[in-house]
Formats: sequence, C-alpha cells, structure tokens
Amino acid sequence: MIGLTYLAAILATLPLVLILVHLIAKGASSLSLAFFTHMPRPVGESGGGMANAIVGTLILIGVASLIGLPIGIGAGLHLAEKRTTPLAYTVRFLSDVLNGLPSIVIGISAWEFLVRPVGHFSALAGGVALGTMMVPLVTRTTEEMLLVVPTSLREAALALGYPKWRTSIAVVLRTALAGIATGALVAVARIAGETAPLLFTAIGNQFWSTSLREPIAALPLQIFAYATGPYDEWHRLAWAGALVLITIILIISIAARFATRSRFGAPVD
Amino acid sequence: MTAPAVQPPESSIAVDKAKPCIVTRDLSAYFGDTAAVRNVSITIPQQAVTAIIGPSGCGKSTLLRCLNRMHETVPGARVEGSVEILGSAIYGDGTNPIAVRRHVGMVFQRPTPFPTMSIRANVAAGLRIAAKKGEISGSTDEIVEEALRRAGLWEEVKDRLSESATAISGGQQQRLCIARALATRPRVILLDEPTASLDPLSTQKVEELVYDLRKTVTVVIVTHNMQQAARISDCTAFLLAGELIEFDSTRELFTAPKDSQTEAYVTGRFG
Repeated sequence: MIGLTYLAAILATLPLVLILVHLIAKGASSLSLAFFTHMPRPVGESGGGMANAIVGTLILIGVASLIGLPIGIGAGLHLAEKRTTPLAYTVRFLSDVLNGLPSIVIGISAWEFLVRPVGHFSALAGGVALGTMMVPLVTRTTEEMLLVVPTSLREAALALGYPKWRTSIAVVLRTALAGIATGALVAVARIAGETAPLLFTAIGNQFWSTSLREPIAALPLQIFAYATGPYDEWHRLAWAGALVLITIILIISIAARFATRSRFGAPVD
Repeated sequence: MTAPAVQPPESSIAVDKAKPCIVTRDLSAYFGDTAAVRNVSITIPQQAVTAIIGPSGCGKSTLLRCLNRMHETVPGARVEGSVEILGSAIYGDGTNPIAVRRHVGMVFQRPTPFPTMSIRANVAAGLRIAAKKGEISGSTDEIVEEALRRAGLWEEVKDRLSESATAISGGQQQRLCIARALATRPRVILLDEPTASLDPLSTQKVEELVYDLRKTVTVVIVTHNMQQAARISDCTAFLLAGELIEFDSTRELFTAPKDSQTEAYVTGRFG
C-alpha cells in the first residue's frame, strides 16, 4: 500500500514535470532578447517577439489586482468579523458559486456589460473580467487566514485597551497578513493564464497598446492565435510564449511560498 | 500536598479592615439567558493578592472578566449590578470600556504575545495607545525596561529585545504578557489561570512574581490550583455555580472555613 502512495505522489507531479520539459524543449530555442523586446512581425517575415503581449498580460494582471484585491480582502475581513449574519452567509455562499463559475461565462458577462454598450473591446473589460475571477478566491482565503488567528490574541489586544477596529487591523489583520499575501498571489497566478474571459473582452492586439480603452494583447491570447495558425514560425513563437507565461506564473507561485515562510521569520519591528 | 514554595505573609491581612480596591454589588453575568455569575458582592482589598477558586465552570473566569469589562466582548454576553474600582463605577453611564481596560491589566491562561511583533514592541503595545493620551511619562525604552524588570524577565531578554516574541519559551512568553500588562502602570492586574499552561519551574517563577507584585498593584488571580491560591494570595474567594460562597483571608478560608461547601472543596472532597 505504501508503495502505491509513492507511485501516486510521483504521478501527481508528473504532468507538471512533463509540461515543463516539453515547453523548454520546444520553446527555449525561440527565446531570445528579441522575443521580449520586439513586436510580432507580419506573416511571412521571420523573427519578431511578443513584447506587446507580455506587457499586455502585466497590465491586465495589474487592473485585475486593483479590482480583485481590495474587494476580496475587504469582503474577507467582513466575513471574518461578522461570521454569522445573514449577509455573511449569503456572501460566503455566493462567493463559492462565483468561484465555481466557468471563466467563459464571466467573459461573456463582461462582454455584455462592458464591451457591447461601449461598442469596442478593451483592456479594461479584460481586467474587470479577470478581477471578478479573483474576488471570490481572495475573499475566502482572507477569511480563512483571519479565522486562523486565535481568539486569544484578539482578546489580549482588547484587554490592553485597543479599540475594536484597531484590534482588527494592528493585531488580527497583521498576524494574518502573510497568509493573505499568499492567497493574493495564488489568485494572481490563477488568473494570469486565463484565456476564455479575454476572448470576449481584451480580444488581443497585433500592435503596441497600453491604453485601457483599446483592445490589448495578452500572452494566452497570442499563444492561442499563434498555436492555431498555419505557420511553423508562429508555432515556435507560441511555444516560447507558453514558456514565458508559465515562468511568470511559477515566479508568482514561488513568491507566494516565500510570503508564507516569512510568517515565521523575523518580526517587522 | 506539596510544600508551599512561598509562605503566605505572616501578617495575613484581615479582609474587612483592608482598604477596598474593587467593590462589586449584586454582580451577575450572563451568556444569553444563562447566568454564569449570580449576585456576587465582594470587596477586594488594595495592594494584595486575591485568589478566586472553585471547580471548573463555576464562573471564576467570568467574574474576573467582569472586572475589566471583557465579559461583554463575547456576543450575547451582558452584565448586571455594579463594579467600582478605586471609587469609579466602571459600568457607570458614559464610562468607556476601552478606558477601563487600559487601567486594568489582564493576563490569560495561555501566553498571548503578538507574533508579528518583537519582544520590545509587545511590551510597548499597550503603551502606544495610552501614551497618545499623555497618561504615561518616560521614554518607551525606559518603560519597557521597567516593565520587564518588574516581570522578572529583563535579564533573560535584554540582549534580544528586537527578536520575535514567539522565539522565547512559554514561561518567558507568559512573563512577557505580564510585562505588557504592567507597562501601562495599571492599578489592578487580573490573572486568569496564568500558570495553567506552564511547567512547574515557570509556574514557580510566575508565582514569585505575583507575590512581589502586591507591593505595587492589586492582583486578582483565578486559579483551579488550591495550593497555588494558598501559596500566593492574601485573600481567597470561593465560587460555586456562579455564587460567591465564602470570601476571607486565605489563611482563614483554608484553615477554618465557615461554610461546609468551602470546607468540602478545600479539603479535596470534590472539584
């Protein structure tokens, strides 16, 4: 039996290893400085890069975080403080439903509310769609991290004469901060590679654009477009794009790990 | 019974002659509809150690938590009756519970150092709030040192004040919490089974500390350890099912209890 668990443990990590090896084998050869600094070339010309898609993805992550983190952390704080109110039960339940909603549904909704009325696709709509996906994740991890903080710490602060709000911020939130940061980074890593919500919102852009009101390029969209295209050159770039995307996500995940570790490390002051 | 580590003071004070510090009248505390403390009227003397003993669930912690208005922080909990500390009614109209808690220190059963703060920041935690109000004089470093010295911890941590408060042992953490409570120079300090989670050696240190504290503050300590109450307290209150059965000088209560239930408890026949 024990032997089988070893086997299962190895099988569980095998896909990631295979994907990484495959991506490096296929994509590394097309990676160069130009990939990061150059724009896509017209069909038929070789070379070119995905500078616009890399920047586009970072902008989309930024917009999504600006929306998802404050709302998610705020909602999580509320759920942890007012655990048993009808509002808290409702929000908690709806968060879980939203968390399970297929990302394509969120994409279509964002299109309905943010693209159709305006008349054109935009980076903002993409960021909102991704941010919407982040909210329930951040809400629930924030709540869980706050609830892990022992009641005795809260009481100790109150007994020192801390007002309730100050107890929540200076003691409870601060103690849970590393865990909340981890949750936030996990949520960012989760949405960084999303494609479906962007198909109807950011749509992609062959040109350089950093405007929130214009369509914007994104790595997952560019990978999709190039991988399904007919040219070998495109396929190679798609592999390289996938490698870059997964590297960004890996870096965020590792950062999340370090955030957790610092929880037991040196104090801030 | 083990030999007491500390002998009770020879001049064990007579309860009725001492200067009063905390006076409760018909104090009742409820969780929802259930009364955990019923009609307790007690006069706790100044600059002495008063122990509250009784079997588990008799309401001793709840009674203690009424003395700094911590009881009401539990949802559904409320208090009836009155409590005066050094002449001021802490449940009076317009009295801010936060201000009450600033003047009455409290230490809990398990050590509760703030894990994100250093040892120094922990001791200064209550200070930051009080200092804003201009209530405490002296520099933070001086006050931190004084509080740690009073808690008997200074020599052990003076070289590692900026280390995490969770890096020291459980017994040291508990004395750190006592230092944190002492830093704001309260007149009263409440201890809720402060040695329940400590090893014997740490327990002895905390007991010696409590014994010394009586010179400067009024101490109320909840304990389920009768020997501990006998060792360190001047007066003892015996609680049963939320009611105050007997309150007397420790010597009197343990050697010549007036109530048969007290006698049964202190001689170990139940509880």
